[in-house]
Amino acid sequence: MDLTIAALLTQDGITNGAIYALLALALVLVFAVTRVIWVPSGEFVAYGTLTLAGLQLGKPPGTVGLLAGMAVIAGLMEIYVCARRGEARRIPRQLLVWTGVPLAIAALVWWMAPSNAPLAMQVLLTLAAVTALGPLLYRIAYQPLAEASVLVLLIVSVAVHFALTGLGLWFFGAEGSRTPAFIGQMIAIGSFNVNLQSVLVVVTSLVLIAVLYLFFGRTLYGKALHATAVNRIGARLVGVSPSFAGVLTFALAAFLCAFCGVLIGPITTIYYDSGFLISLKGFVGAIIGGLVSYPAAAAGALLVGLLESFSSFWASAFKEVIVFTLIIPVLLWRSLTTHHHEEDE
Amino acid sequence: MTFARTLAALAASVGFAGAAFADINVGVTLSATGPAASLGIPEKNTFEMLPKTIGGEKINWIILDDASDTTKAVTNTRKLIAEDKVDVVVGSTITPNSLAMIDVVSDAETPMLSMAASARIVDPANPKTKWVFKTPQNDALMADAIAVHMKANGVKTLGYIGFADAYGDGWLTEIKRSAQTAGIKVVAEEKYNRNDASVTGQVLKLVSANPDAILIGAAGTPGATPQKELVARNYKGKIYQTHGVANPDFLRVVGKDGNGTLLPIGPMLVYEQLPDSNPIKKVAAEYITQYENKYGKGSRTTFGGHGYDTYLLLAQAIPEALKKAKPGTKEFRAALRDALERANVVGTHGVFVMGPQEHNGLDNRARVMIKIDNGQWMLAK
Repeated sequence: MDLTIAALLTQDGITNGAIYALLALALVLVFAVTRVIWVPSGEFVAYGTLTLAGLQLGKPPGTVGLLAGMAVIAGLMEIYVCARRGEARRIPRQLLVWTGVPLAIAALVWWMAPSNAPLAMQVLLTLAAVTALGPLLYRIAYQPLAEASVLVLLIVSVAVHFALTGLGLWFFGAEGSRTPAFIGQMIAIGSFNVNLQSVLVVVTSLVLIAVLYLFFGRTLYGKALHATAVNRIGARLVGVSPSFAGVLTFALAAFLCAFCGVLIGPITTIYYDSGFLISLKGFVGAIIGGLVSYPAAAAGALLVGLLESFSSFWASAFKEVIVFTLIIPVLLWRSLTTHHHEEDE
Repeated sequence: MTFARTLAALAASVGFAGAAFADINVGVTLSATGPAASLGIPEKNTFEMLPKTIGGEKINWIILDDASDTTKAVTNTRKLIAEDKVDVVVGSTITPNSLAMIDVVSDAETPMLSMAASARIVDPANPKTKWVFKTPQNDALMADAIAVHMKANGVKTLGYIGFADAYGDGWLTEIKRSAQTAGIKVVAEEKYNRNDASVTGQVLKLVSANPDAILIGAAGTPGATPQKELVARNYKGKIYQTHGVANPDFLRVVGKDGNGTLLPIGPMLVYEQLPDSNPIKKVAAEYITQYENKYGKGSRTTFGGHGYDTYLLLAQAIPEALKKAKPGTKEFRAALRDALERANVVGTHGVFVMGPQEHNGLDNRARVMIKIDNGQWMLAK
């Protein structure tokens, strides 16, 4: 191995690591606020890429139908809940939020799909459509059992993962897609070439991480989420609605995952079931951060990316083995250094 | 007592009626979901458009999905044989499933037509394969085509990158054997997974070994991942793919980076470019016209062709077996097996000449080398 190869591998590792880092952040965020281990995060990544690819081909992607369907289900659930509580006058407002807004997004995407809009517009549409799926998913699958144990929520996550994978096959077909590069050129830094697309991935990931940092530190909503993550009951006592926190969290997390999908699309071919492996690697990163620390999770994800890249050069047949074996010493180290405390259930 | 007797009589009469008007039941298990879905879906589409009668008898096509899962394929096979009383089993799409089904069909003495590639499925050394036939070309036949083409074009060294699974390993074994025969040295071997986000590491290692040609052992669109990376790393040698990538989605994903790529393939894919003297042209034209009328222009895949070839074999064998026995009986299944073993059929992929030691029956007519040229499959010279 010479310096050029090492540099290329590092570049590749950092690019993938940046994407895993975004996913790790989404996973930590969701777990901290709602205690849900968000197994289907990978599906949101795949939906992001495949929705954009569908728009590129000028076809309304399958996510539109899913969005509309889930909007109707969420609306019906809201009507039922309001009627049971005898709060019929709240129904129109809830319907507007849960059915009207998602249906409007779905209609917009469907209407814009054949018009061959510029790439930036298509990216925005993709982000809007996939982000809207997040809160709807929370409303339908998680909110009714928000107080259940971590294990029950994990089982729900696994079920949602399989449902979304199956729907993905139905919507997008068995074959994969790629999206065109946002920036095609290479620039020469010193003696070797750097792919601008990779630079874009790293820079946008860093920007998003910074924005998240500001959001949690400086805004009221961010602080509310942070409070819920630290102490659910305490946050409730001071007036933070747990279901609102859940909805906001899932919207943020879905946005992060959809963004990952848009970023990863030009780098590799994405299939309806690609997301799971990508999210597992983000998960390894998040585990390194103990599912609570954002900086440690991001650093862990970067480590996963680099390890993956170098092991694919030295021992490609054992690449996944090496990456996932990393989790064993990390868990060992964490269980020895963190003192155990019983879950408050 | 009377009631019980009536019930027994009723059951007997229903059973009798069932036997008298027996249709031919064909049980199909294929991988329409899961990792092999891109192969299984066109096969399923093909079975859905097949005629409902052969030789004047009604055919019930019972199509089940095994989700590319070996256990599910075996369960499906047992169900088809025990509950649906099928006369023949067609499937599965992939090699591991087909291998696992052999025990079940040979115990039940039911003929089976596999649509998977491995030569082991019909290995004459295994007595259980007496009941098993298959339509796709053996990997060895395709690997030889690649090695012959490489030798003719002055390739001396070869690099290999393929799936880290049975498909990739199988091809590595075959190409090593074929390359050795042709005097070509395999200088680098790399593995990757179909869902890998990046193959940069493997490709850098391949390129640093600088072989005259590189073979990518992959199926479907994942074959595009190393190909695009090789082009991005300025690899100047020849790139070969296997017949596993031959579908329109691969062309869509690989885009202009696919230009000049060579692969062996069943002649049906480029039937328009075959000389009229080739008997396969007419059969392939019939199938593809019918398929594309139903599923859209350019939707043809070779995998659907493997499914259609099982139908063509049955269309010749079933009328012969009908002369000997009634459908739904053990004798009919045995007669059907014997008829399949004598089959001589022009299919969409080649000419099947079956025999007691030859349950695939394809020869060199079942392969051509093609080249990708601006998103089109072109017959290579």
